[in-house]
Amino acid sequence: MSEPVSFYKGRVAKGDVTVTDAGLQGMITLRGDLSNAKVKAAVKKVAKVAVPAQRKAEVTDGRGAAWMSPDELLILVPYAEAEAAAADLSAALAGQHHLAVNVSDARAYIRVEGQGAREVLAKNAPVDLSPAAFAAKDFRRTRMGQAAAALWLDDTGAFHVVCFRSVGDYLFDLLAQSAKDGPVGVF
Amino acid sequence: MLTLTCPCCGVSGEETEFHAGGEAHLKRYGPGSSDNDFEGYLFMRENPKGVHFERWRHVYGCGKWFLAARCTATLEVFGTYPAQTTEPPQDIKDKITAKRPGWSWRDFA
Repeated sequence: MSEPVSFYKGRVAKGDVTVTDAGLQGMITLRGDLSNAKVKAAVKKVAKVAVPAQRKAEVTDGRGAAWMSPDELLILVPYAEAEAAAADLSAALAGQHHLAVNVSDARAYIRVEGQGAREVLAKNAPVDLSPAAFAAKDFRRTRMGQAAAALWLDDTGAFHVVCFRSVGDYLFDLLAQSAKDGPVGVF
Repeated sequence: MLTLTCPCCGVSGEETEFHAGGEAHLKRYGPGSSDNDFEGYLFMRENPKGVHFERWRHVYGCGKWFLAARCTATLEVFGTYPAQTTEPPQDIKDKITAKRPGWSWRDFA
């Protein structure tokens, strides 16, 4: 089989705020009743975290879960495990209304870090990203420029941005240009 | 610009994060209904200056549909509520009454 590569193939835009390819990441879309005990157990088994609260992301070292909507989670696992993890979820939820699909290759994954990373993102998204309103582990699906994206903040102050692969180039260039233009000094 | 709060995911976002879906609380008249009822269901829409009820979708967020009560003249949003309702909840109606006494919209007041 051919060697899997990430969408950005290691692209980096260096600066005060660095925009980088976050690399290959296994991503699974899980839809179902998130309050159901079987769903909770299956998520715990695969993602090693409990079902996150509304608009929260629990991610450590590329494994975890993020709250996408009242009936949808984004499950993160190492890339090589994604196919098996999706099958595990489907097996655990057999007979129950659900959907578990490996979407790793449908997505582009970016990391934005450095002093002023909040501003780089806030320039493009209609979201209050001030430290008071958006803290570590907060997760938000929104619009960035003209494309849909999801973002969350980790404990180290780095933002993780997920978007569709089809708008990946657009979003990377948008963030890289915003980073290049420097901070505004709002936050 | 409208600022809407999605009742499904709790996000308060501005208009561009959402997509308008036309008038809310339409009653469907399908096969077997009279021509007049069907015409009304298909074509007859309110176009008020003032209180209005609309369907919105949180298209760049959780993707869910919800309903919103707002004023078309001032863009004030009185409240948003789940789409699984056939008429506006009483607390939304009370809020509108407090701000626009004597309002009415189709059969609601």
